[in-house]
Amino acid sequence: MSDLALDISLTVNGETVRERVEARQTLVDFLREDLSLTGSHIGCEHGVCGACTVRVNGEIVRGCLMLAVQCDGAKVETIEGISDSGEVADLQSAFEQRNALQCGYCTPGMIAAAQDLLKRGGVPSRDEIREHLSGNYCRCTGYHAIVDAVEAVARARAGGKQ
Amino acid sequence: MKPASFAYKKTRSLEEAVALLGEHKDARLLAGGQSLIATLNMRLSAPNLLIDINGIGGLNGIAKRGGTVEIGALVRHAQAERSETIARHAPLIARAMPHIGHVAIRNRGTLGGSIAFADPAAELPACLMALDGEVDATGPKGKRTIKAEGFFKGLFETALGPQDVLTAIRLPAATADTRVGFAELARRHGDYAIVGLAASARADGKGLADVRLSFFGVGSTAVRARKAEAALSGGAIDDKRLDAAIAALDLDPHDDVQATAALKKHLAGVLLRRVAKQLLEART
Repeated sequence: MSDLALDISLTVNGETVRERVEARQTLVDFLREDLSLTGSHIGCEHGVCGACTVRVNGEIVRGCLMLAVQCDGAKVETIEGISDSGEVADLQSAFEQRNALQCGYCTPGMIAAAQDLLKRGGVPSRDEIREHLSGNYCRCTGYHAIVDAVEAVARARAGGKQ
Repeated sequence: MKPASFAYKKTRSLEEAVALLGEHKDARLLAGGQSLIATLNMRLSAPNLLIDINGIGGLNGIAKRGGTVEIGALVRHAQAERSETIARHAPLIARAMPHIGHVAIRNRGTLGGSIAFADPAAELPACLMALDGEVDATGPKGKRTIKAEGFFKGLFETALGPQDVLTAIRLPAATADTRVGFAELARRHGDYAIVGLAASARADGKGLADVRLSFFGVGSTAVRARKAEAALSGGAIDDKRLDAAIAALDLDPHDDVQATAALKKHLAGVLLRRVAKQLLEART
């Protein structure tokens, strides 16, 4: 019989982590409860709200729709790693300047999803920004300021390269 | 912990997956997990074993073989979205892809999982029906092929047996006179549709032949609107023919949490008008 708990080894924000996890534990619960990385938030727990967005092997995923055991051997990056590296410093400051957050609950997921779009390069249209962030709920801002912030950063990054 | 306790086994072979399904009556296959894990979190489903099939080789290819496009069951939505082969030879799938969930969902979700789950409001089962596609499944007696028409049996119910693993989807490759159309209405981009329509046809002079209209979100499976298909076929598509096709829409939706039956029926007509326009566009 296979196991109810398994040993996994992965890197989280560049550090190697070895833990024994229950098969039923979701990735976001593992990050928050076992590793105390509480920047990834839990909203709906069924893939609708995007508050738990993290990167696995470079791609954004729902932390609530992946199991921790599935991340054996994977490279996981949370908002703590993504922000500590300075990769999204401009996004963070644009969100702050444009009031693109109020309660802040959605912000880690929102920043991770926005960075996923912006790292593809170019200046996306407002429609493209809205579509890319369509899987991330914000219940405070009405999204307009968030789209403003992401658009401003896209323009600034494109300008900086010219 | 949200889900009830279960065991987990990652398998690297199809044979082992089939055998495990035989040994454990209450096991579920884990592919992309984007529907399954949500149901586990809400304890709508409580299997005793998850068989992770993501490590099985050979199930994540996209290839055109003769007149057929074959898509491995473990191809992820994001992979299909970026595929040149899909864009050129399976344009209906390419059109549908951006409507499926959101980026983070499409990075994990698989085409095989979506077909096997058979959600009545999902895009891909409807596309498979519109294209007259088929699926391959492997079970204890070996491999078999099932046509789309006989595959979707009911609400979340397919022709797959308890020990079957869906391994591939096959679609006829588009030709120069293939026409496709896709549209859906959802409250938020990426959510399950209130009503959606996947359609294919063959250009025939000024009109269309072999029209296949596959509506989703209007029944317990995707459904063909055969009377509307007939009304749309056989001559130039003008307002009169389009109105007749909409009047002929043979759908029987039920009220659900999103919309009343009457609203769904109305929206189906709106979608047919939009999709008919797409069907008339020549391929580039």
